[in-house]
Amino acid sequence: MSAPVECVLKAREISREFPGVRALDNVQLTLCAGEVHALMGQNGAGKSTLIKVLTGACPPTSGTIELDGQFIQPHSPLDAQRHGISTVYQEVNLCPNLSVAENIFAGRYPYHPWFKGGGIDWQALNQRAHEVLEKLNLHIDVARQLSSYPVAIQQMIAIARATNISARVLILDEPTSSLDDHEVKQLFAVIERLRTQGIAILFVTHFLDQVYEISDRITVLRNGLFVGEYLTSELDRNGLVAAMVGREFIMNNKSDAVHANSNTNACVLEAKQLTRKGQIHPIDLEIKQGEVLGVVGLLGSGRTELARLLFGLDSADGGSVHVDGKLLSLDSPHDAIAHGLALCPEERKTEGIIAELSVRENIVLALQARNGLLPRIAFKEQKELATKFVALLGIKTANIETPIGQLSGGNQQKVLLGRWLATHPRLLILDEPTRGIDVAAKHELTTAIMALAREGMAVLFISAELDEVLLESDRILVMRDRRKAGELPGGCDEQAVYALIAGQA
Amino acid sequence: MNAVSAPITRHWHLDARYVPLLITIALFFTMAIAGSIFFDGFFAPQVFLNLLIDNAFLCVVAVGMTFVILTGGIDLSVGSIIALTTMISASLVQQHHISPFITIPLVLLVGSLFGLMHGFLIQRFRLQPFIVTLAGMFLARGLSYLISTESISIDNSVYRFFAETRIPLGSASLSISAVIALAVVLIGMWLAHATQFGRTVYAIGGDEASAHLMGLPVNQTLIGVYVLSGFCSALAGVIMTFYMLSGYSLHAVGLELDAIAAVVIGGTLLRGGIGYVAGTFFGVLILGIIQTLIVFDGTLSSWWTRIVVGILLLSFCLLQQFLEARRATR
Repeated sequence: MSAPVECVLKAREISREFPGVRALDNVQLTLCAGEVHALMGQNGAGKSTLIKVLTGACPPTSGTIELDGQFIQPHSPLDAQRHGISTVYQEVNLCPNLSVAENIFAGRYPYHPWFKGGGIDWQALNQRAHEVLEKLNLHIDVARQLSSYPVAIQQMIAIARATNISARVLILDEPTSSLDDHEVKQLFAVIERLRTQGIAILFVTHFLDQVYEISDRITVLRNGLFVGEYLTSELDRNGLVAAMVGREFIMNNKSDAVHANSNTNACVLEAKQLTRKGQIHPIDLEIKQGEVLGVVGLLGSGRTELARLLFGLDSADGGSVHVDGKLLSLDSPHDAIAHGLALCPEERKTEGIIAELSVRENIVLALQARNGLLPRIAFKEQKELATKFVALLGIKTANIETPIGQLSGGNQQKVLLGRWLATHPRLLILDEPTRGIDVAAKHELTTAIMALAREGMAVLFISAELDEVLLESDRILVMRDRRKAGELPGGCDEQAVYALIAGQA
Repeated sequence: MNAVSAPITRHWHLDARYVPLLITIALFFTMAIAGSIFFDGFFAPQVFLNLLIDNAFLCVVAVGMTFVILTGGIDLSVGSIIALTTMISASLVQQHHISPFITIPLVLLVGSLFGLMHGFLIQRFRLQPFIVTLAGMFLARGLSYLISTESISIDNSVYRFFAETRIPLGSASLSISAVIALAVVLIGMWLAHATQFGRTVYAIGGDEASAHLMGLPVNQTLIGVYVLSGFCSALAGVIMTFYMLSGYSLHAVGLELDAIAAVVIGGTLLRGGIGYVAGTFFGVLILGIIQTLIVFDGTLSSWWTRIVVGILLLSFCLLQQFLEARRATR
């Protein structure tokens, strides 16, 4: 890359605010012709918002976008496409029922002259589609239905359509997340070809290996802020992970953490060779009574998938889970609850709270579910339970009959926690319990969790924020590429964790 | 170079898209052959042309319905619009002595406006097609009762001419209405296959959000299909006026369901995206031939038609589900 590079797209001082949140704060991005530029960042770093800004799906609150020296303000994906910015998403945005050729040329059909009926000239269409795909080294039957090809091919067809329309900037939004190794190679071959054609490519992924395989430059975002732009050749993996994960803020002190020598305690949960095709490679895991096991890893490393597997939300393909020595059926959350497991899911809004119901109703929900529908919990008992957990967890609410939707995010999260605590779980799985809530609430929540662990409950604590996990966990399980990368003792050095996450241990 | 070796089948292969269509056509010919073997006089050109003559209005309505269903929508108003069309026609021609050459374009416009209203409500306010066209169905039926609760018979010479003229085809003959229906089928096939409008209809049925991102005129096309369906209903109403030589509010009660049945038996997926106008044509012919077979048999109650249609409908839905499931596992 010694030749002078031509700058195609310059985004400067991009900010985007949503009510109450600053998703992007003064972010910049520079894309050069013939370069693959990786956009990296954790969950919530602002990657998707930046892409939405570039594609016009969500215009910036402030900032400028310059394309080939011209300032542009794309106001819709279609408009961005007309300017020369095309995007290929993880889920292919094509019509599965149409033929390959038609998907590439839909909207720009060649027509017969009027004296031949004036209809669409299918022969010419197929011929052109064939030529376009040949250029990408893709030899397939263009007359067949799109859905008869695997996702990888469909994605390349989407790329063919995108680059055939306008070929300045191509944004690939996590194109590889559903592809296997071989398909990724095919896709990369196509990307290589486009690179030599001088297209500026923005590649978003959470696979570090792929970043180092294909990209020339890396831009890292964190919490909506621009961390830096690096040449891929000059930034090693540890450096990249550190830039992505970062140190956010120093928590008060470390005295909260117990790091008790709980090794002598009995095993609450033991998983052996637990696996689900395409989601988790076989994994062994054990959690002891009173222990907080932290789970860290980048987005897509299998953190959430692990939680869902243990809880039976996704059924495992193989392996076994024992709770207190009893075998758990692997496809039933109901069975998991009966054995004393509890899961606070990641998506609070869609998988957890029921916004219209009151705090009290939300709290008794899981207990009621475990008891079955008929033995109704007496209203008085419900009130006692709710009052108890509001006090215990310090939930800030007008009263226990307030609809939970009116509470702040942190307090909603506490209600969810209370819901599961009401069932007296043996093992509490917390999937990103502190995501999207403010620092103070975060601290209160983690304190509550620690207190519970001291009383003998086991906790599986999944979080994207390394600081938090280091501080609170007795042991740390590091995930990488959907498998267990290693285990570290609580309170260990963060560099050791980076090394494991980056796969350089 | 790392060439992509996707399956290339140079030799002929059967696309799953065509399976329901081929089954429909095969079914029609099986029924035709069975009828010809079991019943004397069944195998005659006029018997088959009568299928077209007697079902011309259904055929026209079903072509419009095919486009609606291809987008994943439904149009329940077609039967009522037919009734309204016959009523307006009869009332204007018979009671107000207005020329058929003004009346017919006018009723076609009314049908199209009904469709425009449906399409606008569905597209602009994202309302369910089912509810919008159900409302349209009540509205149109109600309006025709406002004109008259009695049947109005027509003795206008133009209408008689259209009703009685037969175009000889060898020893047999075809009505003008049947020719119109055939023309509608051909135009429908051309629209679906060879125009941006038709291809957008398929794209919407496949994945509306993607169609939008691909820059196809999704909104105009969505409104367009309901206008087309409204127009076809009105045209079917005109044909029915020729056929019955009367206007009556109770004409074509439940015809929307026959039209939907014909479309589904013709191999169109109710979910949208897959189907052919040619399939619908054969769907209509199958509904017709079942009736003819029962008439020829003579011992069966005519309600058996309904029973057979019901069974066919179910089997076709099951078949489609099966084909879909097989495609998904590949």
